Amino acid sequence: MKHTISVLLQNKPGVLSRVTGLFSGRGFNIESLCVAETLDPKISCLTVVSRGEDSIIEQITKQLNKLIDVIKVTEINDKDYVEREMVLLRVKAEAHTRAEVLRVVDIFRGKVVDVSAKSYAIELTGSASKIQAVIDILRPIGIKEIIRTGIIAMSRATKTK
Amino acid sequence: MGKITGSQAIVRCLQEEGVKTIFGYPGGAVLDLFDALMDSDITNVLVRHEQGAVHAADGFARVSGEVGVALLTSGPGATNGVTGIATAHMDSIPLVILTGQVPRPLIGNDAFQEVDIVGITRPCTKHNYLVSNVEDLVATLREAFHIARTGRPGPVLVDLPKDLVATKLTYPEKTPIHISSYQPTYNPHPVQIEKACRRIMKATQPVLYVGGGVILSNSSKELTELAEKLSIPVTMTLMGLGAYPGSQKLSMGMLGMHGTYTANMAVAESDLLIAVGARFDDRVTGKLADFASKADIIHIDIDPTSISKNVRVDIPIVADCKNALTAINKWFDAESDFQPMEQAERLKPWLALTREWTEKHPLAYKENNTIIKPQYVIETLHRLTGGKAIITTEVGQNQMWAAQFYTFDYPRHFVTSGGLGTMGFGLPAAIGAQMAFPDRTVIDIAGDGSIQMNIQELATAKQYSCPVKIAILNNGYLGMVRQWQELFYNKRYASTTMDVVPDFVELARAYGAVGLRATTKSEVEPVIREALQTNNLVIMDFKIEREEGVYPMVPAGKATTEMLLV
Ligand SMILES: Cc1ncc(C[n+]2csc(CCOP(=O)(O)OP(=O)(O)O)c2C)c(N)n1
Ligand SMILES: [Mg+2]
Repeated sequence: MKHTISVLLQNKPGVLSRVTGLFSGRGFNIESLCVAETLDPKISCLTVVSRGEDSIIEQITKQLNKLIDVIKVTEINDKDYVEREMVLLRVKAEAHTRAEVLRVVDIFRGKVVDVSAKSYAIELTGSASKIQAVIDILRPIGIKEIIRTGIIAMSRATKTK
Repeated sequence: MGKITGSQAIVRCLQEEGVKTIFGYPGGAVLDLFDALMDSDITNVLVRHEQGAVHAADGFARVSGEVGVALLTSGPGATNGVTGIATAHMDSIPLVILTGQVPRPLIGNDAFQEVDIVGITRPCTKHNYLVSNVEDLVATLREAFHIARTGRPGPVLVDLPKDLVATKLTYPEKTPIHISSYQPTYNPHPVQIEKACRRIMKATQPVLYVGGGVILSNSSKELTELAEKLSIPVTMTLMGLGAYPGSQKLSMGMLGMHGTYTANMAVAESDLLIAVGARFDDRVTGKLADFASKADIIHIDIDPTSISKNVRVDIPIVADCKNALTAINKWFDAESDFQPMEQAERLKPWLALTREWTEKHPLAYKENNTIIKPQYVIETLHRLTGGKAIITTEVGQNQMWAAQFYTFDYPRHFVTSGGLGTMGFGLPAAIGAQMAFPDRTVIDIAGDGSIQMNIQELATAKQYSCPVKIAILNNGYLGMVRQWQELFYNKRYASTTMDVVPDFVELARAYGAVGLRATTKSEVEPVIREALQTNNLVIMDFKIEREEGVYPMVPAGKATTEMLLV
């Protein structure tokens, strides 16, 4: 099962490799990983998506907490969070598909950020499932390049039931 | 206050931490530091190999309970120390390792003797640092000591660029250390204590399963009080030996792969396993599904990652062992429904059963009147030292026989590489132990293979007048590996026979030590007596039964009740 874990850590050299080293050294899997500074430049926030049984995720959480530079670990569960991922896609856009590509971009509230005679570069933001839907639709038309940021996530202020 | 150099600040900081002895080896990157040390009262024990430095600091820490310090140069000096660091890390031993690094402007340039030791040791230290601003130097060192000795202890490495330690700074005043992201839980949750105690009250076949955490937290007294108040039999891991007196009647000895029949049976039949400062290592549990399968499990540990890592735990207690044991003892003292006499009466059948097991299958070996049995050597060492010696070991059969047959009655008297199983640990660790306690008898129980892995440290022992006694159980084999080949590889002894071995008696002489040899049983006692009376480094070469095995033995992956017996 997929789990999203949010980690606050000291923004110091080498901290990221402590985290990734922990995952590789203990055989935990990383599906995606995003990290950047918070409002406090001394602290970074890292979002990691991993897959595994609950007991594995519990170990991951504990092991992360054990790292001296880790301030806080939150496992963000399915219901009460917002997750977003951004993707940049270069899609084939030749005479007969140009309109179709634009329509898809429009439906999914994407943006064309670069245009050439034969392709569009598209920017899209959304949940992992939305991104996947767009990819599935555009694939038959021809995706030439894809770059994903990986997921970032935030708990909701009030929990939905 | 005037400015001092980084090196002087480091020395001052070591003094502030109460360090009197360090173990080190010089080189280009640490010239300044060794120079500054000359002006202090700190002794550097000049080892002969950096692995020896770290093991010696480790041995020093294990027997004294203080933080051990090693000082190594950059590059090969630092990498030579890695096995020692990993050894300490696996056994949670508090060390501070200082390594030299190339000057800051050269870092990343593949400079001469540059290595990313912080990167290399990241997974085998509790924490590590590369100091890059001189203003952070002293604070970092203080933090390193703090992290090494608090919580679940462990080795901390501080990498020190050569130009940085030559820079001047104003020595900062000592302020309390607060690391917001590092706050170990020392005090047990009262609700968990209550739950645990109520469960203990109901247990009819309880077992205390005690690990190195009890020794690290100096809570042998509290553990002994609990065991005796509640008449609960105790088994100890390799790292836990001595936490409860092995000669007391509640002791069932060691458990696990080479544990006693009684200990392994008791765990298997137990209805409540109380794990204290132990981590359910695979050498203890054997086949996980069958481990303590009838028992509820209470687990006391300061490290939450140890809890429910391998075995599901019913009542976790995250705390320092000392605090948790004290809380449990107090709970029983205050509980009116609890009477020690009644409890003893209630557990009588259980204790009788454990005694029956011991009568049926005691720790034993086939005695011989002429050939030296290794177990007999250990028993004789025990008898002639009154069980009071500090015993270090190498790794292999020698280590297991030491664990089984030198009945440990005191904590911090058994120094062995448990988690990593590092051959070559025993001699340098013995030197470290002897430096901590110059007046005690320190014996390295060794194998003929392992002793050759750090044999160069004989010179260190000699130079610092450490009268360590080395007892080589010489079977002419890498015995433990040979035992596995005998049992599981059709006696195909691939690369476990050492056809060329030095004459250890001559070797001792070459180092200015005393060499003694015993080839028959009757020579064992005189040799040990002579060694113990000699105020010098001694090697005792015991030519033992070559194909003696360590038993009981639980084959890897089998349930711990499936023991091969003598
Ligand atoms: C550094 C290292 N290399 C290899 C091993 C694997 N190993 C474990 S026990 C052993 C044999 C040790 O031989 P010896 O020191 O003669 O002890 P004995 O078992 O014969 O008592 C070996 C090779 C190890 N534990 N450590
Ligand atoms: Mg041997």
